[in-house]
Amino acid sequence: MEVQTQTKPKSSIKKTIRITGAEALIKCLLAEGIDLIYGYPGGAIMPIYDKLYKYQDQLNHVLTRHEQGATHAAQGFARVTGKTGVVFATSGPGATNLVTGIADALIDSTPLVCITGQVASHLLGTDAFQETDIISISTPVTKWNYQVTKSSEIPKVIAKAFYIANSGRPGPVLIDITKDAQFGELDFVYEKCKAIRSYTPVPEMDINKVKAAAELINNAKKPFIVMGQGVILGQAEKELKALIKKTGIPIASTALGLSGLETDHPLFVGMVGMHGHYAPNIKTNECDVLIAIGMRFDDRVTGDLKRYAKQARIIHFEIDPAEVDKNVKTDVAVLGDVKVTLKALLPFVNETSHIQWHQEFKDLYELEYEVVIKDQLNPKKSGLTMGEVIEAINKYTKGEAVIVSDVGQHQMFACRYAKFTRTRSKITSGGLGTMGFALPAAIGAKMGVPDREVIAIIGDGGYQMTIQELGTIFQTKIPVKIVVLNNSFLGMVRQWQEMFFDRRYASTKMVNPDFVKIAEGYDIKAKRVDKREDLQAAIQEMVQSKEAYFLEVVIEKEDNVFPMIPTGASVSEVRLE
Amino acid sequence: MEKELLTVSIYTENFVGLLNRITTIFTKRHVNIESITASKSEIENVHRYTIVVRESETLIKKIVKVLEKQIDVIGAFYHSEDQTIYQEISLYKVNVENVNNSKFKEIITTNHAKIVAVEKEFVVIEKSGTKEETDKLYNELNPFGLMQFVRSGRVVITKQKMKISEILNNNKNN
Repeated sequence: MEVQTQTKPKSSIKKTIRITGAEALIKCLLAEGIDLIYGYPGGAIMPIYDKLYKYQDQLNHVLTRHEQGATHAAQGFARVTGKTGVVFATSGPGATNLVTGIADALIDSTPLVCITGQVASHLLGTDAFQETDIISISTPVTKWNYQVTKSSEIPKVIAKAFYIANSGRPGPVLIDITKDAQFGELDFVYEKCKAIRSYTPVPEMDINKVKAAAELINNAKKPFIVMGQGVILGQAEKELKALIKKTGIPIASTALGLSGLETDHPLFVGMVGMHGHYAPNIKTNECDVLIAIGMRFDDRVTGDLKRYAKQARIIHFEIDPAEVDKNVKTDVAVLGDVKVTLKALLPFVNETSHIQWHQEFKDLYELEYEVVIKDQLNPKKSGLTMGEVIEAINKYTKGEAVIVSDVGQHQMFACRYAKFTRTRSKITSGGLGTMGFALPAAIGAKMGVPDREVIAIIGDGGYQMTIQELGTIFQTKIPVKIVVLNNSFLGMVRQWQEMFFDRRYASTKMVNPDFVKIAEGYDIKAKRVDKREDLQAAIQEMVQSKEAYFLEVVIEKEDNVFPMIPTGASVSEVRLE
Repeated sequence: MEKELLTVSIYTENFVGLLNRITTIFTKRHVNIESITASKSEIENVHRYTIVVRESETLIKKIVKVLEKQIDVIGAFYHSEDQTIYQEISLYKVNVENVNNSKFKEIITTNHAKIVAVEKEFVVIEKSGTKEETDKLYNELNPFGLMQFVRSGRVVITKQKMKISEILNNNKNN
């Protein structure tokens, strides 16, 4: 026998245990600190659900009523917590039902790990029952995807999945596991993934770029900051605040950046974009230096690119190199994690104040207030407005609630009128514009931050796209609040038809059921309000409710959301009416 | 923006499904792929795709960044014609009855082509070179009765260094 001269250090020897692929997957999730899964079982993922049963004291599985609901719930959870949302679905239709949520998560940079069951590997490509090529289908909408056909691959692949989903610019990952890989055994040991040789999550900061940015900022007479969700994802709220405190630069937000800075901050001038505030849109084309922080110059933000901030020098703080110069050519691009780059920037910028320049924003706000906001908050017409409902919610939540909105007019009203005092409080489907997002996302958000008030604001159209998730609320008793702003129209499309299609209201009129009865069927407290004098009490009752609560507010039918930048127009052509 | 012939070189891990991920990045932007080849590269376990497109440099620059962003893509680059040395290979199948004359032999010699197979009914000619060269041979062989013609995608060596090993080492040490 050979003489053993060296023993390996104990820490590098990990004990393995012999378990099935399905159990290995569960253990991987536990090792990643996961305790919540949204999903829906089915044939090809049954071995995993069977092991889930064994671990149900450690892993809470929330049975949504549709797989799309599971993805949005996981998104809501991820957006309020910053943690990775986990979704289970079976093969075939289970997997394809995830696609909308995955696409939404990719475009809005939300970390998800979706696990789909797949037919056994010997059946792949045979058009077996509930077989669908989910890897090919999901490729364009995932940050990464991978098909596991051997149980021994599971620990490494799952570790990679979690690392990829929530590093750098976050995004969705889909792992497809064949049924035989779930049943097969392996020697299990888990090691977290810390690096992948082909992947650079955060580009290295170039301090010279930071200095170049500081020089532009220091020489600017009319600097203007537009912040995006990158500030929230990068947890750079404090660094951003320090920057504006020192420089006194007026700051606006994209829709997804909202709540990254409190709405009543003296330098906050509102939201940019198609239905953003008047001043930040107008001033985009008057500033001399535009500082974009963690945003991607989406077309809903920029309007006509050929006439977007042409007079300004552009600085772009960004984690994703592919976003730099994609839509807007930058003068200085500072790559890296915004928490790091903004901190590095601070000592190089001069202490300045831009009181006169900021006053110009305030003057335009006054104009917007007179023409648009006043009538929304204190309407002369008898019908209720969306703006006054949101304002009432502000009043009773003191701006401390998480507002989850769907897609359409109500979404833009929520973005424009909701007040925020805390970060990660405005959850909405931004890039993809997924109707049906809000109800399940609010469920996930409430589970992520159970101590906070979570209010879903939804239109009558989007509500009916995922209304089945009332069943999830019924089963879990999750105390989420739902406000449906019902104008009996697909309001945003109707507004466009009114403005650009000579009022030809093609298929936008909704004949709706009794929403209160439906909610009551799910044992959810429910109320309908159609008079102004009942609004305040109803909102108060909803906010004070310890249980889930459904409130339908009947809204003026043909109200429009203004300001508006028509498609193809420049930000400076934003219309007040 | 003027369109030009550009070569995109992509170094990747060797995983199933990666070709699909790469091509969708082109098709999403409505870019037609002129030719595509995939092979191993100079680095062990690293795959290399060579994709030729006729597009504006502005768009390809953006596409290359999106390619680089893919997890299993190690590095992506694009080059114009003058920055590359490239070859394509063509095979020509010609009816054996038409080849037994001095004109045919002369064409093979002057084009630096070679006969790679002789069967009872046909011969197969191989020629590697630029598209212009293989087209010229195509035109000259056509009168002899081309039974089949096939041309490969472009394979490219770039004059500029593509620092794949450096990228791999850097990320490993992260």
